[in-house]
Amino acid sequence: MKDMNVPPSPLVEINALEKQFDLDQGWLETIKFRNGRLVRETRAVHAVNNVTLDVNKGEALCVVGESGCGKSTVARLVAGLLTPTSGEIHYDGRRIDDLSRAEMQPLRNKIQMIFQNPYASLNPRMTILQALEEPVRHHNPAYSAAEVRDKVTEVMMSVGVDPSWAKRYPHEFSGGQRQRIAVARALTVDPEFVIADEPISALDVSIQAQVLNLMLEAKESRGLTYLFITHDLSVVEHFGTRVAVLYLGSVCEVAETATLFSNPKHPYTRALLSAVPQLKDDRPNHIRLKGEIPTPINLPPGCPFQSRCAFANNRCSAEKPKTVQQPDGSVVACHAVEEGRLEDG
Amino acid sequence: MSLLSVRDLTVKFAMRDETVTALNGISFDVAKGERLGIVGESGAGKSITGFSLMNLISRPGYVDRGEILLDGEDVVKMSDKRLRELRGDKMSMIFQDPMVTLNPVLTIGQQMVETLLAHRKLSREEARQISIVKLREVYIPSPEERLDQYPHELSGGMRQRIIIAIALLLDPQLIIADEPTTALDVTIQADIMELLLELCQSNKVGLILITHDLGVVSQMTERTLVMYAGRIIEAGRTREIINDPQHPYTQGLINALPQQTLPGHKLRQIPGNMPSLTNIPPGCPFNPRCEFATDLCRTHIPEIARYGDVEVACHEVARLQAGGDRQEQSA
Repeated sequence: MKDMNVPPSPLVEINALEKQFDLDQGWLETIKFRNGRLVRETRAVHAVNNVTLDVNKGEALCVVGESGCGKSTVARLVAGLLTPTSGEIHYDGRRIDDLSRAEMQPLRNKIQMIFQNPYASLNPRMTILQALEEPVRHHNPAYSAAEVRDKVTEVMMSVGVDPSWAKRYPHEFSGGQRQRIAVARALTVDPEFVIADEPISALDVSIQAQVLNLMLEAKESRGLTYLFITHDLSVVEHFGTRVAVLYLGSVCEVAETATLFSNPKHPYTRALLSAVPQLKDDRPNHIRLKGEIPTPINLPPGCPFQSRCAFANNRCSAEKPKTVQQPDGSVVACHAVEEGRLEDG
Repeated sequence: MSLLSVRDLTVKFAMRDETVTALNGISFDVAKGERLGIVGESGAGKSITGFSLMNLISRPGYVDRGEILLDGEDVVKMSDKRLRELRGDKMSMIFQDPMVTLNPVLTIGQQMVETLLAHRKLSREEARQISIVKLREVYIPSPEERLDQYPHELSGGMRQRIIIAIALLLDPQLIIADEPTTALDVTIQADIMELLLELCQSNKVGLILITHDLGVVSQMTERTLVMYAGRIIEAGRTREIINDPQHPYTQGLINALPQQTLPGHKLRQIPGNMPSLTNIPPGCPFNPRCEFATDLCRTHIPEIARYGDVEVACHEVARLQAGGDRQEQSA
């Protein structure tokens, strides 16, 4: 059991993060004809809206949500692959979202990323030895060729890929092996923090278990911290220390994994959990949501979930709920929860 | 009599260098109104099974032997004309990706009316009215307006509902659904599955549900086939297969699910990979990954045979079951 007196130290702090993508490329597209006159109109996709999250040292923070909820955008913002529209990202006490490429360089070996599709994330024209050696050489220019080779061999062994296969090309490996190689590539530079964006979604069930086990082992043996992006709640329950549920770019609920699964509070979290098909079910058994996910272009005011929520009232359509800490430590953004309008059970 | 009866179906693909066997002598039945699940991982042959039932296997693939009897008529030997009459009318198929199944340059209404007019002597107006009724059945709001919309104007969940409506237009007796919700979000998946179940039950339509998701199979079907490397390796009532799987592969598949292990503990993984069809090992195709494999498994292919309530293709099941029984007796 964790000692509750010691406050967990955040390795990554995400503060009021916002990201908008302009839909109109170039100024000509912004010119529209309205009521007999030419006007300029810009449209933006509000992918991430005021997201505040901490990732504590040594934990696996899972970010879950459905397509279009902004979970991958959050991952890319934290990895520095995208620049936020506003808000701040701090890594180990240092602000990183406004760093230049050169300033970011020394941090790149501490922060590594694993992508969803192992067929696209490995260069088809590089042998896996080349793919694995490149980051080691880049981040450790002082290493001799033998040291680089040793490092790569060690990491390949640890992910269960036979080092004698190092001269082969990615197409000679199966999907599961490729994803293990992608994990190996992230581990070769001894990172502290790994961002994994749907790392097992492209894999078969029996192979998913292999890659998840590997990532769990790496967490234990290397003391890694994960930001784990997924849509699969059964993986979250297994892998996550804490969970953040995102809907339309906003945080609905952040909680310890066990708390979230035993006592979900936000109406969206409840619906999401109930929709996962369970082995013990003999018929679909879920909370039905009305309507579908609205588009993140020009979001309406108020709670992003209001159009599908059974508990929505006037306040929900007028005022966006703030995140409020609950007695059990979870954080929920919902007027209905705040006002006690949701009856348990 | 069963609605569909598949016997010794073998499908091969003639590749440049060699001929690979994608389906190897599979046999199963679907009764009227029965819901059957086919599960397996990529490359197991579950989609090929679905395609061959509709006789949609095209070159270089071909049905090598076996028969597919739909109400006593063999789909394999059927003329193209007869096939056209049956497809959509007696059996219809729902594909995985709703983004590519609908024709993007025709309105929803054109696609529905076209289907009806191809099979029934109706006026356009009658066909339109039937389409509206069917769209309402799948809970499409304001169906009259949807008929004049194009597929790109609708969301993925909405499109898959429309595809289900089209599949049901001619009141078929059998629906083959190939991973119908894999491309959709989990809350939308739950809605679509509930809808499909409701429609099958109320219209007494048989369903073959092809999926990799054991949770979905558990919710939706009465019987299940588990496939591996082009063969059926276990078949029986869904409850029994989920609760008490007999084949080591089925056991491994269920045990590998994260919800079968305590959070944070090592998952029980199946070592290795599904063999590629060009390189299926001799003997039982699962033997290199199986912890119970013996010399017999490495040389002889196990035939599927009945053990109690399920059918299993495994040399070791008889031995394992006997062992289990002995333990129970001594306890």
